[in-house]
Amino acid sequence: MTDASHDLRAADLSLGYDGRPVVEGLELAVPDGRVTVIVGPNACGKSTLLKSFARLLRPDAGVVTLDGADVHRVPTRRLATVLGLLPQQPIAPEGITVADLVGRGRFARQGMFRQWSSDDEVAVASALRSTDTLHLASRSVDELSGGQRQRVWIAMALAQETDILLLDEPTTFLDVTHQIEVLDLLHELNRERGVTIVMVLHDLNLAARYADHLVVMAGGRIVVEGAPDVVITREVIGEAFGLESLVVPDPVSGSPMVVPVGRFHHVPPT
Amino acid sequence: MSVATTDREIVATGRRLARRRQATVSLALTAMLGAVAILALVLGDRVIAPGDVITTLLGRGSGGDSFIVLGLRMPRLLLGLMVGAMFGLAGAVFQSLFANPLASPDLIGISQGASAGAVVAILVVGWSGPAVSLSAFVGAVVVAGLILLFSGRADAAGSRFIIIGIALAFSGQALIGYLLTRADVRDAQSALVWLVGSIGTVRIGELLTTAVGGGILVVALAALSTRLRMLQLGDEAATGLGVRSGPTRLLLLLVAVGLAALATAAAGPVAFVAFVAAPIARRLFGGRGPALLASALVGAVVVGGGDLVAQHAVSGLQVPVGIVTGIVGAPVLLALVAGSNRSRGTL
Repeated sequence: MTDASHDLRAADLSLGYDGRPVVEGLELAVPDGRVTVIVGPNACGKSTLLKSFARLLRPDAGVVTLDGADVHRVPTRRLATVLGLLPQQPIAPEGITVADLVGRGRFARQGMFRQWSSDDEVAVASALRSTDTLHLASRSVDELSGGQRQRVWIAMALAQETDILLLDEPTTFLDVTHQIEVLDLLHELNRERGVTIVMVLHDLNLAARYADHLVVMAGGRIVVEGAPDVVITREVIGEAFGLESLVVPDPVSGSPMVVPVGRFHHVPPT
Repeated sequence: MSVATTDREIVATGRRLARRRQATVSLALTAMLGAVAILALVLGDRVIAPGDVITTLLGRGSGGDSFIVLGLRMPRLLLGLMVGAMFGLAGAVFQSLFANPLASPDLIGISQGASAGAVVAILVVGWSGPAVSLSAFVGAVVVAGLILLFSGRADAAGSRFIIIGIALAFSGQALIGYLLTRADVRDAQSALVWLVGSIGTVRIGELLTTAVGGGILVVALAALSTRLRMLQLGDEAATGLGVRSGPTRLLLLLVAVGLAALATAAAGPVAFVAFVAAPIARRLFGGRGPALLASALVGAVVVGGGDLVAQHAVSGLQVPVGIVTGIVGAPVLLALVAGSNRSRGTL
């Protein structure tokens, strides 16, 4: 779907709510065509950072640019053809069907004189198929399971046909099976269609497994970023999360796996 | 990427499903509206047969029939339908913008603002006629402005907006109460008639103002309706999909305030219409979307039908339409709430 290359970055970015600073002087360049995962303790500013990338939050200082242009200066609708967003808790209007919801992903492609077209229908059908939700098209979103519903929301973002997709904790409230299902789907999108993915995740081990580029944040700044097997160390986890842990290779994927210690256990002597 | 034709058909079916029900419901409501209109033109102190009504509408009726049908009954019918549709639309927009059935112009002070404006005009300044309507309009707009001012911004959380509105509604009521207790009985009487909502006396100028103003606002709303549906996904998701949520919200609010203010200025705060029209419409639809068209139709049927009852239910006794909608509104609301308890949680 996407061959275009994009440059999404934050320069000297400071963010806050009502004058209370959350993120200060942050620099981040999102690697094009890769999966970037942002992790960090609660209130470290990771969701805030994602919001500013999605132009939901105006910076107090600094700038977020997409291909050199300030995201707040690009018309929202035009930006929505390049940059897609799945917020943490989107709202499904009561009684809406899956096909109708996913169809709303096409808003930016429509206009006063360009109503619903066969292009839109194709895009929606293709989004439903790649998220394995086509058979749910006529069902009401209220009736779906959590995993199905999350796949439908991702289908809506896919129907938008953007080259970059931002997701704020797409696996929250899902059981482990559905978490893996959603992350596999995003991985597939990235590998098969070249969609650049930036997401915030809570689970360190899943983050380490699915990220090409891992960003560890704490206290409103980036502690370290890079490939997961370089970034995830005992020291980094200690510094960012204040947690004593052991880092071992994940027996399935080989990616680093964080095993927390806690007050009632000890690291076995080696 | 090639997509099989069957896939596209599945999508088309999924999208049509809801639309078909919308069409059916709208048709049924339009039929009811037609019935109300016919009855309103036929019934009265002098019953005019439907055939004669049609002849009169075609301009070939007798002088007496023409005066009664075109001069008396038609303006009243038209004003009732317009005001009902406008209340219905205003309620639907407010309720879906704030995702809360309590966010209705008659609960969050817009109607009370209009009433206070009218009462000040009648009792303090001694105005009557169009000046009262103008003052009512100003009152509604002032309250809307105050709510926006106190809640900080248009995208403020729904509950904050509603709480401020309810507080202002009480202030409006207090002002009205104070003025009524101090007023001369006869003046208070005329203020009270206005306060319960009445379309008994219709001036042509008022009818035209309401029609033109309402028409402009309805066109604006139609242009914004897709965006209103997008905003229902939440401001963040809507922004991500390309809607400028803040300015869009503000525009929709202004249109809804305009509709409510204009309708209240013309007919007074006809009880419950703005509040129940959209929930009834959504219930008929199977709870989907802002249901703008259906809310407008339900509002028109409620006010038009309510006015029929108000005029003809008890022979020799005419009451303002607001009394009827108030009496009928409460049980309808209770029935709706009871019904939604049985199925799912919300109105």
